[in-house]
Amino acid sequence: MQNFTPVTALIGGALIGLSAFLLFWFNGRIAGISSIMSGLYTTQGSNRHWRMAFLAGLMLGAFIWQGFHPEAVAVRQNYPLPLILIGGFLVGFGTRLGSGCTSGHGICGIALFSPRSIAATLTFMACGLLTVYLIRHIFLIAV
Amino acid sequence: MMKLILALIAGTVFGLGLAISQMINPDKVLGFLDVSGNWDPSLALVMTGALAVATPCFRWVRRHDKPVLDDRFHITVKTALDKPLLTGAALFGIGWGMTGFCPGPAFASIALGNQEAVIMVICIYLGFWAAGLLNKDK
Repeated sequence: MQNFTPVTALIGGALIGLSAFLLFWFNGRIAGISSIMSGLYTTQGSNRHWRMAFLAGLMLGAFIWQGFHPEAVAVRQNYPLPLILIGGFLVGFGTRLGSGCTSGHGICGIALFSPRSIAATLTFMACGLLTVYLIRHIFLIAV
Repeated sequence: MMKLILALIAGTVFGLGLAISQMINPDKVLGFLDVSGNWDPSLALVMTGALAVATPCFRWVRRHDKPVLDDRFHITVKTALDKPLLTGAALFGIGWGMTGFCPGPAFASIALGNQEAVIMVICIYLGFWAAGLLNKDK
C-alpha cells in the first residue's frame, strides 16, 4: 500500500462533497458528471448553459492545481488504445443507460440515501474490480 | 446569471478536488480497483470525504422547499431497481475498469492536454449517443 495517500484523498473528497452541496443548495442540481456531460447536447437554453459553466469550472480546477503541482498530474504513457476505445464507449453507454456515474450515484445519490444509487454503485464497483482483476491477473495485460 | 456563476464555482471546486485527491490520474483509480495487486485504498477515502460532507449537507438542504436560485430541486422520481439501471451500472463498471477513467476525471483531464483523455471523452460521447438511440426505440 505504498501508494496510499489518505490525507489528500480525504481533502479532495471533501471538496467534491462541498461542490455537490453548493450545486444542490443553490441551483437544485445534482453534480452528476455523466448527466451534466450528456446534457450538453440533449438540453437547450439555460439548462444547457449551467452545464457548460460547470464543465468549464471542472477543467479550470484541474488546470489550476496542475499549475501549482505539475508533478502531481502525470500523464500515462502507452496505455493500450483498444482498452480506451472500448472502455470509453462502455463508460458513456453504461452511465447514460444507468442514469449516472461515480459522482451522481456514488456521491450525490448515496448522500440522498437513494436505493437506486446504492445498487448502481455496488454494481459498478464490483464490475470495475472484476474487470481489473481479469485484465491484470488472468489475461496478464501489463497496464 | 447567478446560477451560471454558481455552476462555475461548483465545477472549479470539483475539479480541484479531483486533482488534489489524484483521482484525475487513471493509474491511481486502477490501483484502487486492483485489490489483489499492490492495493491503493485512496479512492475509498475520497468517497468517504465526499460523503462525510455531502450527506449531512444534503439532509439540511432537503429541509428547504426549494433551492436558493431555482424554483425546485431537480431530482429523479424513479425508485425501481430496474434492468437499465443495473445493466448500465455493470457496463459502466467494466469500462471504468478497462480505462481507469470515469466521466469527471476524463473531462477534467482535457484541460491538462492529455491526449488519452480527449480520445476517452469522444468515446464516452459515442456511448451516450448509442444509449440514447436505444432509448428512442422504446
